[in-house]
Amino acid sequence: MSGAEGDAGDAEGAGDAEGAAVRTRGLTKRFRSGQVGVDGVDLLVPRGAVYGFLGPNGSGKTTTIRMLLGLVSPTAGSVELLGTAMPGGGAEVLPRVGALVEGPAFHPYLSGEANLRRLDAADPTSAPGSRTRRIGAALERVGLTAAAGKRYRQYSLGMKQRLGLAAALLRPRDLLLLDEPTNGLDPQGTREVRALVREVADAGATVLVSSHLLSEIEQVCSHVGIMSRGTLLAQGPREEIADEGTTEVRVMTRPDQRAHAVRVLSGLGLDGARADGEVVAAPLGSVAVEKVAQAVVGDGIDLLGLEVRRPTLEDVFVRLTGEGFDVAR
Amino acid sequence: MSLVDSPPAGPPVSSARATARLLGSELRLVFGRVRNIVLLVGLAAVPLLIGTVLFVTQDTPVAGQGPPFLDRVTGNGVFLVFAALVSCLPFLLPLCVSIVSGDAVAGEASAGTLRYLLVVPVPRTRLLLVKAVAALAYAAAAVTAIAGVGLVAGAAFFGVGDVVLLSGDTIPLAEGMLRTLGVVGYVVASLTGLVAVGLFLSTLTEVPVAAMAATVVVAIVSGVLDALPQLSAIHPALLTHHWLDFGEFLRLEVDASTLFAGLAVQAAWVAVFGALAWSRFTTADVSS
Repeated sequence: MSGAEGDAGDAEGAGDAEGAAVRTRGLTKRFRSGQVGVDGVDLLVPRGAVYGFLGPNGSGKTTTIRMLLGLVSPTAGSVELLGTAMPGGGAEVLPRVGALVEGPAFHPYLSGEANLRRLDAADPTSAPGSRTRRIGAALERVGLTAAAGKRYRQYSLGMKQRLGLAAALLRPRDLLLLDEPTNGLDPQGTREVRALVREVADAGATVLVSSHLLSEIEQVCSHVGIMSRGTLLAQGPREEIADEGTTEVRVMTRPDQRAHAVRVLSGLGLDGARADGEVVAAPLGSVAVEKVAQAVVGDGIDLLGLEVRRPTLEDVFVRLTGEGFDVAR
Repeated sequence: MSLVDSPPAGPPVSSARATARLLGSELRLVFGRVRNIVLLVGLAAVPLLIGTVLFVTQDTPVAGQGPPFLDRVTGNGVFLVFAALVSCLPFLLPLCVSIVSGDAVAGEASAGTLRYLLVVPVPRTRLLLVKAVAALAYAAAAVTAIAGVGLVAGAAFFGVGDVVLLSGDTIPLAEGMLRTLGVVGYVVASLTGLVAVGLFLSTLTEVPVAAMAATVVVAIVSGVLDALPQLSAIHPALLTHHWLDFGEFLRLEVDASTLFAGLAVQAAWVAVFGALAWSRFTTADVSS
């Protein structure tokens, strides 16, 4: 039951730059120290996508997001958000963009609600009339209604993160840039954030969500970009990134039949069939998995088990960088 | 209910209205902060303290003893306003103004709220302007608190009457009140240069205490330089040199040129440090 999946179609259908929610060209940031934080990044986030922006801590994700928002000016390269050039078009486009950048930040001695009021008052395009209702709705959405009147300083890390999300959701957004939104959340909170991201995306918004924890967001992403040491190593639809020729079929059989199984798999045109410990493994390529099963059984081999192993994003990352995902720079 | 489905929040409002709205929020932030309220109360306590001491001891200071105007307080409570202002100007007022203006940008940067204001988006020039106006409003509130409490306490302790000017001439109380207003206005205007310096220093750092301390140091160093006769050539340009010129309001003929000289120096400091603050803040990377 694997067949239909790898068929994400024209991956570079994402390549329609007109329709891109986020587009950068040659985005580069060289810090005053001379260190290159971000190096020639060409981000492409199609509209409606949930784009997982992955990379270890220190790989340049946050600096990239800061440049997207006009907080940090690029040394070279250009940024477009929702078709508008940044930072020049910020006044026009940023009201449609909700952001969580490097963790939540609010005035510690104000309540959660008062903090949201301040942000809303700062927005020239928000309607004061609906402020109370919108703030109430945003707080409810992230489950903070009970703590709305509490001072921010008394919030737990998870509550702070939720308030940050509430601020990003204070009004309808076409694009959400969420930098490490699950930081500090317990597993329940992490699930809630995933559900929130899905919900927002289902309503038509584009979401770019960065994380250094692959497993946390892998499940919600339609697209993936992988950063390491300031460069974007790969990006595209998730199936495609994960699928790049490395899906393996693993055949379990009796020890004395393994050599036989390797020959059968090779006979099917599976290059690289080999005995891998207790199993016989081979890259699946374009051969349908049921063909493998039939061939093995048809040749009189006892088929004890059959597994199709898709590479995880972590496998992809390791293949791209030659090192583990959690290696900090 | 999905928020994404809710109707668009509203049409953009004019730049002036957006600035006014943000200013309202900023004023609530500055004047709602416990630290700032405590400082205001502390400043307002100074005239109360001076008045109480004079009232309880029933001892009229000899002219020339203690700060200027102190010897006149027991004769006319209005002078408690001036005595209190003279007492606060060298250190307490600059300290409070430095704390609020130095905190203006650095405080938001240190809390991380600066980046969220900028992505709202608030244009950087507008944010700086609002921060400057709010800090100035705080300075005005501080001076007004000293003067207001001074007047009430002076009237309560010693009564008020026609004002005897420095020249010995007497003017009616009503005109004396007008001149007191002039003093308050002049002292507030004298603090604008320091607000600009504080704001600029505030854009340089993410550590609010550093900006506050540096601003106080500027005011104090200016006072020290002003006291060195060898530097008399630069005295007229010093930030603090004209601060006590508000006594001009207590002469029969107010010499406008003296007051304008003081205001011009403040305007120059505001122009230079305002421009520095603007050029720094509108171009700096916000990495806090």
